[in-house]
Amino acid sequence: MPLLEFTSKGIYCKQADVYLDPWRGVNKALISHGHSDHARWGSKHYITQEINVPILQHRLGNIIVSGKKYKETFIINGVQFSFHPAGHVPGSSQIRAEYKGEVWVFTGDYKTQTDGISTMFEPVNCHTFITESTFGLPVFQWEDPQKVHQSINEWWAQNHDEKTTSLLMGYSLGKVQRLLKHLDPSISKIFTHGATEHMTQVLRQFIKFPKTELITRDTTKKEIEGNLVLAPPAVLGSTWIKKLGVLSTGYASGWMAFRGARRRRAVDRAFVLSDHADWKGLLSAITATGCENVITTHGYTELFAQYLNEKGWNARTQKTQYESETEEILVSE
Amino acid sequence: MRRFATLIETLDATNKTNKKVDALAQYFKEVPKKDALWAIALLSHRRPSRPVTTTLMRAWAAELAALPEWLFEESYHIVGDLAETIALLVQKERKGNPPSLNKCILEIIALKPKSEEEKKEYIVNQWKSLSHFERFVFNKILTGGFRIGVSQKLMTRALSKAIDVDETIIAHRLMGQWSPQTTTFEQLILHPNPEDQISQPYPFFLAHPVEESVFFEKEEASVWHIEHKWDGMRAQLILRKGKHFLWSRGEELITDKFPELEVLKEHLPEGTVLDGELIPFKNGSIGNFQDLQKRIGRKTVSKKLQEDIPIVLMAYDLLEFEGQDLRQQPLKKRQEKLAVLLNHYKCSESPLLLSEVYRFENWEAVRTERGQATQKRSEGLMLKHRESPYGVGRKKGHWWKWKSDPKSIDAVLTYAMRGHGRRSNLYTDYTFALWNNGELVTFAKAYSGLTDAEIKKLDQFIKKNTLDRFGPVRQVKPEMVFEIAFEGIAPSSRHKSGIAVRFPRISRWRHDKKIEAANSLDDLKELLP
Repeated sequence: MPLLEFTSKGIYCKQADVYLDPWRGVNKALISHGHSDHARWGSKHYITQEINVPILQHRLGNIIVSGKKYKETFIINGVQFSFHPAGHVPGSSQIRAEYKGEVWVFTGDYKTQTDGISTMFEPVNCHTFITESTFGLPVFQWEDPQKVHQSINEWWAQNHDEKTTSLLMGYSLGKVQRLLKHLDPSISKIFTHGATEHMTQVLRQFIKFPKTELITRDTTKKEIEGNLVLAPPAVLGSTWIKKLGVLSTGYASGWMAFRGARRRRAVDRAFVLSDHADWKGLLSAITATGCENVITTHGYTELFAQYLNEKGWNARTQKTQYESETEEILVSE
Repeated sequence: MRRFATLIETLDATNKTNKKVDALAQYFKEVPKKDALWAIALLSHRRPSRPVTTTLMRAWAAELAALPEWLFEESYHIVGDLAETIALLVQKERKGNPPSLNKCILEIIALKPKSEEEKKEYIVNQWKSLSHFERFVFNKILTGGFRIGVSQKLMTRALSKAIDVDETIIAHRLMGQWSPQTTTFEQLILHPNPEDQISQPYPFFLAHPVEESVFFEKEEASVWHIEHKWDGMRAQLILRKGKHFLWSRGEELITDKFPELEVLKEHLPEGTVLDGELIPFKNGSIGNFQDLQKRIGRKTVSKKLQEDIPIVLMAYDLLEFEGQDLRQQPLKKRQEKLAVLLNHYKCSESPLLLSEVYRFENWEAVRTERGQATQKRSEGLMLKHRESPYGVGRKKGHWWKWKSDPKSIDAVLTYAMRGHGRRSNLYTDYTFALWNNGELVTFAKAYSGLTDAEIKKLDQFIKKNTLDRFGPVRQVKPEMVFEIAFEGIAPSSRHKSGIAVRFPRISRWRHDKKIEAANSLDDLKELLP
């Protein structure tokens, strides 16, 4: 019997009777990170990395949750578990499980770049590696993120000179804070949408960010105009953005690597910045684990597994409910 | 090259027309005239002929990226654009300044007669030394198909702004076949010599669909000239200095495809330009569009083909007479002269017909005439203001098309393919089927008609309900019913269903219908005229 198996509720460790990132309510859930497709509501006990504890509480409300330090081991019915940095968002982990000398690692989501806010990804030796493959296609090769941040600041500064408001959009947990961390606050004020502000507040206890100001009902157009606004992508097309004055819109996502996606998004500026590993990142991560078996869970799973098989791994795909192709450019990051 | 790539990137990044015009105008002002002329050529679909096959480009790119061929092909299907796929897969390896646009294109042209090895060396070298977006633009120049949301009109506007010459004059100067290799910015755009321009067509004036809700209330029927909208190919016939030229609306010279029009040279005076529609016409009756396509599709036009499918020009406007540009004269004057001219010219088996002009007292009568469209083998009516000049491009207000109501049928979605360009990575090209003896038979493909939100929803359905995959195509579980509207319908031996429909598009997503309630092939056949 495999140490981890795929059931209708999620990834299951029978020996320990725990689930990893289950998509239905269970008794005991080990959670890789706070994104909604991995951290779902309805389980009785949650165990996660300590930074992820307040994130889970913010998102799921009143839950029973215990936090572990990175690499701290704990044993459940003979199975040794530990959380290891995944570099995806603050508090994100790979989950390691060991039983009778056999080691499995489930990555959740990860990236191999540094982002200035998450603990850097660390490869973990294992026999079987359950990996995401959101960007498991060779066309995805990320640029140096410092260059991306630099072009964001340039875009913002130019807008500021032209008295245009910069609306910079990204996913509320992780992406927006990564953007914020690299913004140059000497350019202008930074305003935030509610969803962005609340998550950022949760993370301020761990990470130092530039000052932000929440846009409330009382904030006037005049105050906002020419400054920068951080918000989730869902605000595009809503009435909320009317309040922001003359706008230049920017959107940061890995999907923006595709010209078609950029044009479909119809934003003024698309920034290719992802919290997932690109093609080379995925390959280097897999190589570094020294694993024999790979299971790809979401993204371009089949193509990626086929390629790994050609390269000598024993790779297969496994259907999960983690967001994959169907979400594409919507909110998957 | 670098400056041109930046221009394309800027144009690509905005959907605001004014920003595009500004970026283009700035470019035209800044760059050397040779580069500007190539940019104009590329943006008006005059690219150099392709020096290498895309098959070779794919093989070289896969080799360079050290990828198995299957993975390259899969990547291509997902990205949806070859130029972009290669740009993404190959990385910049060395520093260096790319050549100017002019130099780059001349190098590409010079490549054509060279050996495969030399071609590979040059192209791979460029790939390695260009940045991502430059590489994309370079590939686009190689492969053609520069679709970046810049219309000819928009480019003309920008050029007008940059050199301060009237838009309509520039539009005229840019017409027809020219190449930056044989002309210059000066000769073509700034100071053209009329002697060089005997083949030069006028920009076509285009009509808009009539806005039924407001138009008929606001307008008097009596000031409008009503014509039938012939279902053929728009063309301009030019007779100047003993020569004749026939131009399609896509600015292609098609003189050789319609040799039967040559005889007009002997009967019509020099300095005549006619606007009209090429239609199949045999034994006194109008044929269907499929017949015309057979004529267009052939490289050489045999005597037999000419006899089987004779073509006439159904003329409806006179743009030049006795060497004078008549476009500023009112339509009624131009059409009067046209009628006199054609009346004067008489020969048996004439390849030239006059499209009849009707005038009615009220819109009810016009509507009745529109009801005759199928019988008269037209697509509906054209409404043209009798005082209107002949405009340039799609200018609103003077010419309207009032098509017959489309026919429609409810069909089942059976296959889907990934789209291209803006729609790449989404399933947006759909195949629809109708019932025939308990089976679904493919009858049409359609790409348009859904909103962006519906496309997204359908895309998710397709990805979750895939029965089989064939490269970029997915066979989809038959579950969704759509109302498909189309214009013409004709029997066809080339289609599995035995029927060909024109301009099929989705008019409605029939959430209310189960597949059993979709129409049958027999229902479709009932619509044949």
